[in-house]
Amino acid sequence: MKTTRSYVLLLLLLVVLCSGLAANVDCWYMGWPGNHESSFNPLEVMIGEGQKLFAGSFYREADVYYHSGYYPTIFDNQEAFKTAHMAEDTGAVASHNQGDEAGFMGPPLDFFDAFNRYFIPNRHTHLDEGGPTDDLSKSGEVREILPWLKISSDLDPENVQTYVVTAYWLRTRMGKVAEGEQVLREGLRYNPNNPQLLYELGRVYFENYHDLRRARNIWEAALGSWEQQMAGKPDSVKFSFDNKFIVEQLQTHLALLEETAGNFSAAIAHLEQAKLVSPAPDRLQKQIDELKQKLAAPANVPAAAPH
Amino acid sequence: MNKIFAISNVVLLEMYRRKDFYVLFIVTALITAVMGSVTFFKDAEIVRYLKAICLFLIWASSLFIAIGATARQIPAERESRTIFPLMAKPVSRAQILLGKFLGCWLACGVALVIFYAFFGCVAAAREHQWPLANYFQAWAMHWAMLAIVVAMTLLGSLVLTAVSSNITITFIATVAILLVGRYLHKVALAMSEPSATMLTGLYYVIPHLELFDLRDLIIHDWPLVPWSVWSIALVYAAAYTALLLLLSWLVFRKKALQ
Repeated sequence: MKTTRSYVLLLLLLVVLCSGLAANVDCWYMGWPGNHESSFNPLEVMIGEGQKLFAGSFYREADVYYHSGYYPTIFDNQEAFKTAHMAEDTGAVASHNQGDEAGFMGPPLDFFDAFNRYFIPNRHTHLDEGGPTDDLSKSGEVREILPWLKISSDLDPENVQTYVVTAYWLRTRMGKVAEGEQVLREGLRYNPNNPQLLYELGRVYFENYHDLRRARNIWEAALGSWEQQMAGKPDSVKFSFDNKFIVEQLQTHLALLEETAGNFSAAIAHLEQAKLVSPAPDRLQKQIDELKQKLAAPANVPAAAPH
Repeated sequence: MNKIFAISNVVLLEMYRRKDFYVLFIVTALITAVMGSVTFFKDAEIVRYLKAICLFLIWASSLFIAIGATARQIPAERESRTIFPLMAKPVSRAQILLGKFLGCWLACGVALVIFYAFFGCVAAAREHQWPLANYFQAWAMHWAMLAIVVAMTLLGSLVLTAVSSNITITFIATVAILLVGRYLHKVALAMSEPSATMLTGLYYVIPHLELFDLRDLIIHDWPLVPWSVWSIALVYAAAYTALLLLLSWLVFRKKALQ
């Protein structure tokens, strides 16, 4: 009995010693200049950059849910799903999709293939349009994508699209504007001055809070940040498809904001800038012409007064 | 028929005494409860992720129960030599085989009823609806799929010497069919001969267990599968089960028991 007690005490002593030593070494390691750890999240310590792979997988899973399970696998044609549709539908992400999104499975190859399609989701639908029921009153079911987006952003806080998509659906279909704004601000904490996040934040102020002054400030800050980030970069990067898309969105939204505020000349200037990067400059020219007509009219009545 | 039921009853009683089901059910319930306690953006109506996790656990548990229990049936009888007093009774080898199959399959069915009832409660707690017909279709398809798996395991227990190798091989084969069975023909079309023909042949020979997986339809609230199509799938399962049992009997009737 005495021996057992001695062993237990000895074991306890060893546990205390080891814990003390580990705590001491940990304190030293945290202050050590050679420590490159950005966080002490156990998951990050264990799988490191591998988190991004999982994050990508969860982001994809959110898009699978957005389609109620009707989604191409690695064996199917994925051309129409290169950009997640849940992101494309926010209007804040440039689309790289092409091809037939409804018929990625192709015609049935054999009897089993045809028969199998009765037992799997077999029609292209989006949750915000009611999903398989096609009932538009059920558009709130888009909430089902949120858990996967949350996990994805937790695993890869540098993926800007995750925050943009989460915030968009929170504020537009679920009426959770404050939560949407909070998501974007969290994204900005990890990705300071990111133009895409600032663009979406500006939309929150413009479309939901109707605060034109703050929306303008945010969008102008986004443009400034974009120019700063692109300074010294070659034109191939500066005017890449994604970059041109975000600049066009910022300029056209600033133009809309100025038009709403009654500043037609400023709106025209923004549209002129947007025209330089737009894939459809004719459409923008038409808008410019309309604004010029309004500007030339004797009495310009602003559509809404700025806040 | 009475003899078959008597043997299946013994198997059912044995399964009832085993701890496998209870442990798996508690693990499923615990994991589901923990995942269900998480709320995202203060929205209590988000449910599909929970349904997906719960159904995945149910499928995994059912495969463990079906394969684990069936693989031990005949080897255990042989090892403990209880097969000899059984054979001394007026029962044929076919009846023993059918009794073992029926016992294992019924046990799986009872376990599935409990699992699906739990799933229904979890889903209803958040969705506030009971799509009972959908759940019935999913449960029946799942059970039909397990009939094929049980028959396949029974055949494996007669062909393979060790229980562990039977469990491993059957489990890998089942999971592989569930994951890629649907795409074998598509993959074969992109291959060169003779592998393309071989893979296409394999595609037509394997039991298409993935047909019976209605999880996506349940998770995403898709409408019911047409009952006529559903019935054909059940007939397909019955045909495959019969074929596998026939093969098992062909092996078992000539097998030396010592």
